Amino acid sequence: MTIEVRNLVKKFGSFAALDGVDLKVDNGELLALLGPSGSGKTTLLRIIAGLDWPDSGEVFFNGEDALAQGARERHVGFVFQHYALFRHMTVFENVAFGLRVQPRAVRKDEAAIRSRVKELLDLVQLDWLADRYPSQLSGGQRQRIALARALAIEPRILLLDEPFGALDAKVRKELRKWLRSLHHEINVTSIFVTHDQEEALEVANRVVVMDKGRIEQIGSPDDVYDNPATAFVHGFIGESIVLPIQIGDGAIRLGDRQLDLAAEGLAPGASKLFVRRHDMLVGPPGSGAFEGAVQHVRNFGPVQRAEVALSGGETIEIDAPRDKELRAGDTIGLKPRRYRIFAG
Amino acid sequence: MTMQIADTVSLSASNSQARAHAAAARNNLRTEPRAVRIAIITLAVLFLTVFVVLPLVLVFAQAFSRGILAYFAALAEPEALAAIKLTLIVAAISVGLNLLFGLVAAWAIAKFEFPGKTVLITLIDLPFSVSPVISGLVFVLLFGAQGYFGSWLRDHDIQILFAVPGIALATTFVTFPFVARALIPLMQEQGTQEEEAAISLGASGLQTFFRVTLPNIKWGVLYGVLLCNARAMGEFGAVSVVSGHIRGETNTMPLLVEILYNEYQFVAAFAIASLLAMLALITLIAKTVLERHLDEGQDASDH
Repeated sequence: MTIEVRNLVKKFGSFAALDGVDLKVDNGELLALLGPSGSGKTTLLRIIAGLDWPDSGEVFFNGEDALAQGARERHVGFVFQHYALFRHMTVFENVAFGLRVQPRAVRKDEAAIRSRVKELLDLVQLDWLADRYPSQLSGGQRQRIALARALAIEPRILLLDEPFGALDAKVRKELRKWLRSLHHEINVTSIFVTHDQEEALEVANRVVVMDKGRIEQIGSPDDVYDNPATAFVHGFIGESIVLPIQIGDGAIRLGDRQLDLAAEGLAPGASKLFVRRHDMLVGPPGSGAFEGAVQHVRNFGPVQRAEVALSGGETIEIDAPRDKELRAGDTIGLKPRRYRIFAG
Repeated sequence: MTMQIADTVSLSASNSQARAHAAAARNNLRTEPRAVRIAIITLAVLFLTVFVVLPLVLVFAQAFSRGILAYFAALAEPEALAAIKLTLIVAAISVGLNLLFGLVAAWAIAKFEFPGKTVLITLIDLPFSVSPVISGLVFVLLFGAQGYFGSWLRDHDIQILFAVPGIALATTFVTFPFVARALIPLMQEQGTQEEEAAISLGASGLQTFFRVTLPNIKWGVLYGVLLCNARAMGEFGAVSVVSGHIRGETNTMPLLVEILYNEYQFVAAFAIASLLAMLALITLIAKTVLERHLDEGQDASDH
């Protein structure tokens, strides 16, 4: 099933949750909608599911107008952030719900429903919990039951709203891997919403970065990390050093210091220079575009993180390999291995 | 007590005895002196005895003051039987209507956003805030001979005032808030996600209501119905205004109690009153049981 969204606009009062969104999702994709809270990603997901309606714009499933159908007819599996399991039903009945409410003409008989539910509980590896109630399950178990329930109706599309948002870090990591392999197995076109970049980059085939109701960039996980299209994407994904610079007379300046960086093709005026922390290479004084004094150094997992006061007046944090000798008080040169400049 | 604490602070540095002393002082801080505690508890018990237990006991004592036979004879009087029957009919009608209205109102308020919602919430509480006598008078103004619909009703030979419909209407109005009040906070807390999940799984509106919404609020519904019923059967003021006090026809139990009492038929008056008192006791017990279920429901929803 392909999904196509055209020029979607949705306002809540004067706040534009979606401000002209276009998106195409291919058959069998696992797509992540990534953005900070308030970026419109959940609204987009709910409109695709039919739980919300846009003020204007179009949604197509396989080229058919989806907005002409209600949530009930769209055959979309939706997994809610807080699971929304039916609290008065057992796990078994929760998963069976979608099969039991089908019109009499197409409804499976009891034996078929039982075997289908059993199959789904096996798929999420929780068949031993069939007789429990949702309140007796852990967060991770509830999430998997919610997924099994959504899959019961053999959805054409699977939508997941912050699927791991309410879980602790360890369970979250496990479920990420599990979701990836599950998607590989069932191969349903899936979209999940997350504000966690690590989650988006690790799980999805393609990542859609959103901010303030607009799409900032669509690309593979490598793409959005290595070639961010906008200042927002660079700042949001990965840890970035941001330096305010001036471009003019064929040179780039930080404060009153001229930087040894190519200025060709850049529009003159105030701009921002983005560098990843680990892309700042440490060398002897005078060896790079920047120079600065090390303030202090801390070991931080596989790297050492140094705070450096640049001679242009800014203080930045860089990540250097542990074997590099760095001490507070040292004067060092810094050379950005990769960097990007965005106007503004 | 302040002195005591000051003492312990200066001593506690050195020996364990002082530490024990300090612990005792800390305990004292958290509670009142024994004498005060006893005085407060005695006061509370006395108050409850005089104002709650004693009246209840007196009702039954008076009802049985001429023996059990006189008690049952009083209840078997045609007038008494008519009053009991009327009370049951009126309660059934008003509880039924309020169950329906309350469910619809709570559903609309808890699950949807619409303009005028706060006004509606305030209006639901209106019957609680106006005197029941006023509530009764409103219906007289509407349906009485001089009222807005009075002449139309007379032309079509429809009797509302001084008849069962009037009594049922007044009772329904007075007891309207109970079901809605019990359900609104419950349904607001539960939110709309389960309903959304049901619809996205292919359930129709009715299926969603009967399979998801209603099971989630069933204890709240029972709670509201119970309180609504207790009030409907016991309502005096509003009913008194619209009933007309026609003996054997439009007297409910509370009205009959007053009439019999005014006629010095104490045994009969208290016999009927004892039935109302028993209703109150049963309601209390049922309420306690239901509240336990409601709490459990709350825990279970604590995801």
